[in-house]
Amino acid sequence: MVLNEPRLRIEDLSYGYPGNVVGRHVSFSVGVGEVLCLLGRNGEGKSTLFKTILGLLPPRAGVVRVDGGLTTGWSVRRRALTFGYVPQTGGGAFPFTVAELVLMGRTAHRGPFSAPSIADRRAADEAIATLGIGHLAQREWLRVSGGERQLALVARALAQEPRILVLDEPTASLDFGNQVRVLEAIRSLAESRGLTVLLSTHHPEQAFACADRVAVLAGGELLEIGPPVEVITSDTLRRCYAVEVAVLPVANDRHRVCVPRSYLS
Amino acid sequence: MSAPAEAVVLRIRLPRVFAATAVGAALASSGAAYQSLFRNPLVSPDILGVSAGAAFGAVVGIFLSLPVLAIEVAAFVGGIAAVTIVYGIATAIRGRDAALILVLAGVVIGALFGAGVGLLKYLADPCNQLPAITFWLLGSLAAANLRDLTSLLPAVAIGLMLLALLRWRIDVMTLGDEEAAALGVNTRLLRVVVIAAATLMTSAAVAASGIIGWVGLVVPHLARLLIGAAFTRLLPVSVLFGAGYLLAVDTVARTLGTVELPLGVLTAVIGTPVFLWLLAFSRRAAWS
Repeated sequence: MVLNEPRLRIEDLSYGYPGNVVGRHVSFSVGVGEVLCLLGRNGEGKSTLFKTILGLLPPRAGVVRVDGGLTTGWSVRRRALTFGYVPQTGGGAFPFTVAELVLMGRTAHRGPFSAPSIADRRAADEAIATLGIGHLAQREWLRVSGGERQLALVARALAQEPRILVLDEPTASLDFGNQVRVLEAIRSLAESRGLTVLLSTHHPEQAFACADRVAVLAGGELLEIGPPVEVITSDTLRRCYAVEVAVLPVANDRHRVCVPRSYLS
Repeated sequence: MSAPAEAVVLRIRLPRVFAATAVGAALASSGAAYQSLFRNPLVSPDILGVSAGAAFGAVVGIFLSLPVLAIEVAAFVGGIAAVTIVYGIATAIRGRDAALILVLAGVVIGALFGAGVGLLKYLADPCNQLPAITFWLLGSLAAANLRDLTSLLPAVAIGLMLLALLRWRIDVMTLGDEEAAALGVNTRLLRVVVIAAATLMTSAAVAASGIIGWVGLVVPHLARLLIGAAFTRLLPVSVLFGAGYLLAVDTVARTLGTVELPLGVLTAVIGTPVFLWLLAFSRRAAWS
């Protein structure tokens, strides 16, 4: 590891599909234990950016570095040991139990022919306990609610023991309580384990709650990046989402509430 | 033991019992593997066109009067060709319902290979080749002998061993390629190995006993309903159910009437209503 290198560095990255580049020249970095929240309207290519960082899609241009080293040409196994991924919708359509699904997070830690070891099972159990879904462990994955599935996918990514956690709209299908719980869990993982977290959301307020910095994508480019209180302003939200939003202070100066101006009149 | 009894038990009944269990195990476990790999509980060796492809290969072998081993190789080549074309079509046509396209592609390609079989039957020598082909195509273990076993058993053993070794990875493949890759699975390589293993078993089964449908669809489906999706449990249960089921059905086929019933006909008669029941039931289980 090169000293003073951020854990994850994206350099001049263009991403998209053949004949359809959705984002160009995006550069940013995320440090050890830092949470970066990505905002951008639907179709902005947040998922595509994440998949490119994870190596699931080849970059159209630019590079991704982890601890200073290029990830170009990494094996899928090495990527899986570095990045944990929580997809927007995942888990497949087969009737596994939640515990079995979380255990799949250990795949990269063992050879292609090996069964999960005691250590693998312990890591999966710990991840389940961390997310507080022990009561779901033996339930069938397809029979739990959407929010509980999301928690299971986060637990699976944790069981992977990655250095970088990438979550694609992890709170999209959660009720209000579970949203708060997931964001708090993410925040505390970053702080306690030095996990580097990259997540996307459609709720600007969530960035205040969990992120050290926020990056805003608009028009296929990085519009702004910085601490939430500096970046999330009426002006930025207008340019990002094309709505007028008031960003109002609360009792502490870390958090803000975002209210559409039309609601206030 | 008297000499005739010894001949009946050791040379006629025993090989047939072994063949029935091996074919049943092969079809059920390859069905389970295809279902996990294609993320579709409705596929099976027959629906994917593998059986028809393998049958076409084998019929070509019979038509050319090739030795038994060459017939088995031809069956394997036919089976691999069929599953490759079917999967290629399903990948090329990115429609809304990938599962439906996969099944339809299998039906279409299966029909094409079926037409090839029809042509060869038309061209075959009506005195000795045609009855052999026809009888064999209906699915039967009546002609199973020790020589068949020497090529059937190793192929099934190799296929089962590969699936057993890869059982944990096969589970991950049910999540889809992107998610499996994010978890560290080399999806392309794994897919090739698992398809090769399952197709090897199907082809060996088809070469030994003709087309015996429904076992590869119904048995793993039923097994999954009973013990869940994890391949660690699904594989052994499919092997046991498949072997036991085909052994029982073959015994019925052999003893029910004064003439022996074709095995493939009997499995279809049993499999159709069971499958329809499963279709209705698993819709309620919300995962078809």
